Amino acid sequence: MDILNALVAFTNFVVVPATAYGSQLALGALGVTLIYGVLRFSNFAHGETMSFGAMVVVLVTGLFQSWGLSLGALPTALLALPFGILATALLLLLTDRVVYKFYRKVKAVPVMFVIVSTGVMFVMNGLVRMVVGTDDRRFSDGARFVINAREFKAWSGLNEGLALKTTQVITVVVAMITVAALFWFLNKTRTGKSMRAFSDNEDLALLSGINPERVVMITWLLVAALATIAGTLYGLDKSYKPFIFQQLLLPVFAAAIVGGIGNPLGAVAGGFVIAFSEVTLTYAFKKVVTYLGPDSWAPDGLVQLLSTDYKFAVSFAILIIVLLFKPTGLFKGQSI
Amino acid sequence: MTQAQTQTSTTTLPRAPLYFAAMAVLIAAVGFLQSWNSALSILNMGLISAIMALGVNLQWGYAGLFNVGVMGFTALGGLAVVLTSMPPVPAAWSAGGGRMILALLVGVGTIALAVLTYPRLPKTRLRGVILTVILVGGFFAFRALFDPAVEAIEAVDPAVSGYLGGMGLPVIFAWPVGALLAAGAAWLVAKTALGLRSDYLAIATLGIAEIILAVLKNEDWLSRGVKNVNGLPRPVPYEINLQQNEWFLGLMAKLGMDPVTGSSIFVKLLYAGIFLAVIFVIVVAMELALKSPWGRMMRAIRDNEVASEAMGKDVTGRHLQIFVLGAAIIGFAGAMMTTLDGQLTPTTYQPLRYTFLIWVMVIVGGSGNNWGAVLGGMLIWFLWVEVEPIGAWIVNVLTSGLEDGSALKAGLIERVAYMRYLTMGVILLVVLRFSPRGLLPEK
Repeated sequence: MDILNALVAFTNFVVVPATAYGSQLALGALGVTLIYGVLRFSNFAHGETMSFGAMVVVLVTGLFQSWGLSLGALPTALLALPFGILATALLLLLTDRVVYKFYRKVKAVPVMFVIVSTGVMFVMNGLVRMVVGTDDRRFSDGARFVINAREFKAWSGLNEGLALKTTQVITVVVAMITVAALFWFLNKTRTGKSMRAFSDNEDLALLSGINPERVVMITWLLVAALATIAGTLYGLDKSYKPFIFQQLLLPVFAAAIVGGIGNPLGAVAGGFVIAFSEVTLTYAFKKVVTYLGPDSWAPDGLVQLLSTDYKFAVSFAILIIVLLFKPTGLFKGQSI
Repeated sequence: MTQAQTQTSTTTLPRAPLYFAAMAVLIAAVGFLQSWNSALSILNMGLISAIMALGVNLQWGYAGLFNVGVMGFTALGGLAVVLTSMPPVPAAWSAGGGRMILALLVGVGTIALAVLTYPRLPKTRLRGVILTVILVGGFFAFRALFDPAVEAIEAVDPAVSGYLGGMGLPVIFAWPVGALLAAGAAWLVAKTALGLRSDYLAIATLGIAEIILAVLKNEDWLSRGVKNVNGLPRPVPYEINLQQNEWFLGLMAKLGMDPVTGSSIFVKLLYAGIFLAVIFVIVVAMELALKSPWGRMMRAIRDNEVASEAMGKDVTGRHLQIFVLGAAIIGFAGAMMTTLDGQLTPTTYQPLRYTFLIWVMVIVGGSGNNWGAVLGGMLIWFLWVEVEPIGAWIVNVLTSGLEDGSALKAGLIERVAYMRYLTMGVILLVVLRFSPRGLLPEK
């Protein structure tokens, strides 16, 4: 029986990675949910938007590194982030003007928007691959660890090490700042309030003189920032691979729907629900169980509920359960 | 019907044969310029794509359902080929076959038990507890049986088999089995997601496709996972046998063709014949269905769900039916494709290629029109294959001023490969915006 070691192992392999991953998903889901709230469709191009933003950050980071610019212990990518957001904002505003605006004007049905967004996804995907190819890119620099596993062992005298990567801390901190700023914007500023009014009741908002095109524009700007930050954090934490963002689409959607699509608070909660379920269910608990039980109980297998190859299945299963029992999500989202 | 619509419908009639003739010319051009082998390859894959497009058209054109899981249903068709036509592996069956079947029965039984008890339980907190106990207990029972069975099966000669094999039936039987598998998966998805917002069905199909693919890649006992299954049986003779066949050699001598090239063209022609027959049957059946009261009801539901519901039509039920039918057609085509390839390679299934390309086919061809779906399937497949060489040629011409081996030139040539995605996306967006009814509009 060794509760302390078990706890450290659990924190190291489940809590820390899931918190970082949850923050990334939450930011992604916030983007999906904002688009849903204001433009009223599920944006299938969101994964590629994240990819595009992250790609610009990767390229600008490379440029800065070649100039010798750096933030010391922090990754240079943070310095490049504003440029990525700017480029993504331009791309999204252009897409809205060229593509989505027409369908708003003719008041197309929601599923039409969804199909159009898959077309946009195709284009963005091609664009990203044409610019950077499909190779894996690592672009994090600066200090690698905040807490090093070896130092932690020496300090605590435990068998288990606890490692905290810089990127994980940055992910959580940046996500917290972003979410706080977004909620402040939505709840306290006049523009944010007009956005929420538009999302709640479009007709009433129009009657009270809210300019719909302005609301749409602000939404795309916010989405650009959220998507770029989410994509960059994910890339910093793992590595930047263009094709991974397509696979991220399912957990991001699942997070948005679990929380209640159209509800920003729900998107954040949903991101963590999905991330923690995914990591917990695919973690091999052998170590933890060995520490907790008496020696004779040590399990032969990995004590892994699901192989990591099935992590999509976790998002999917949660999605299905929510759709079956509570289609509006945990926090009341918009109409089913 | 408005004036404009009447006009387009009258001009549609001569349009279709014209477009199909143009399509034939394009394929013939490949035959003359490149080789007849590649022309026939394009034709065969084009025909299969056309069938997939017919399935999507049934869902979208007849009912307005957005299916983003085409890839998954295609892959299930491929799995059906392995499960039906490969010879069984007796050693693997005796090692763990019985346990595997028992494990699967326990798994299915658990879910069935949960589904059956849930509505019968009182609506208290106890219900959740009982359900959790059933599911968790069932899961552990399943794993306890499943894991050793998998281990035993995969240990049997892993380099060549390591899986249970199939039923050893003629490969043609795999096609309807593929349709059944896809229909089953579609039923599960549609049962949960239909009746909710239209976006949810799309997201759910996206998920099921990823999961089907994960199963295909990881469950080695089922279809060897990423080790692939090679040498699937064929419904047509092998080239090597043809080359030794008296009659065939006589035919080639009469035509003055090289027997080696001739045999591969002959095989491809046989496939094309079978595929054409399948397309013919499906299109005729779908056209008849569309003109029947059922087809009119489907279109009424698509055009105004609320009004149809008020008229007493079961909208969700009809949607479920048509979604399952469409997926079955896609599964059928998926089995045909794997048969044509002669191998199951799970890593080749990519959403952009197998889901979104099919969508481009349907939209470009003309949603709601079966001939349009066929035309779109052929045309877009042709472009998908030919855009790359054309793009490479353009880049070569543009960069001819640069010296060979320069980084820029190599980079540009590498990038051209990705131009197809961009092109297809732009085609989809442009058609949706400026000609949403497609090449052959619905009548």
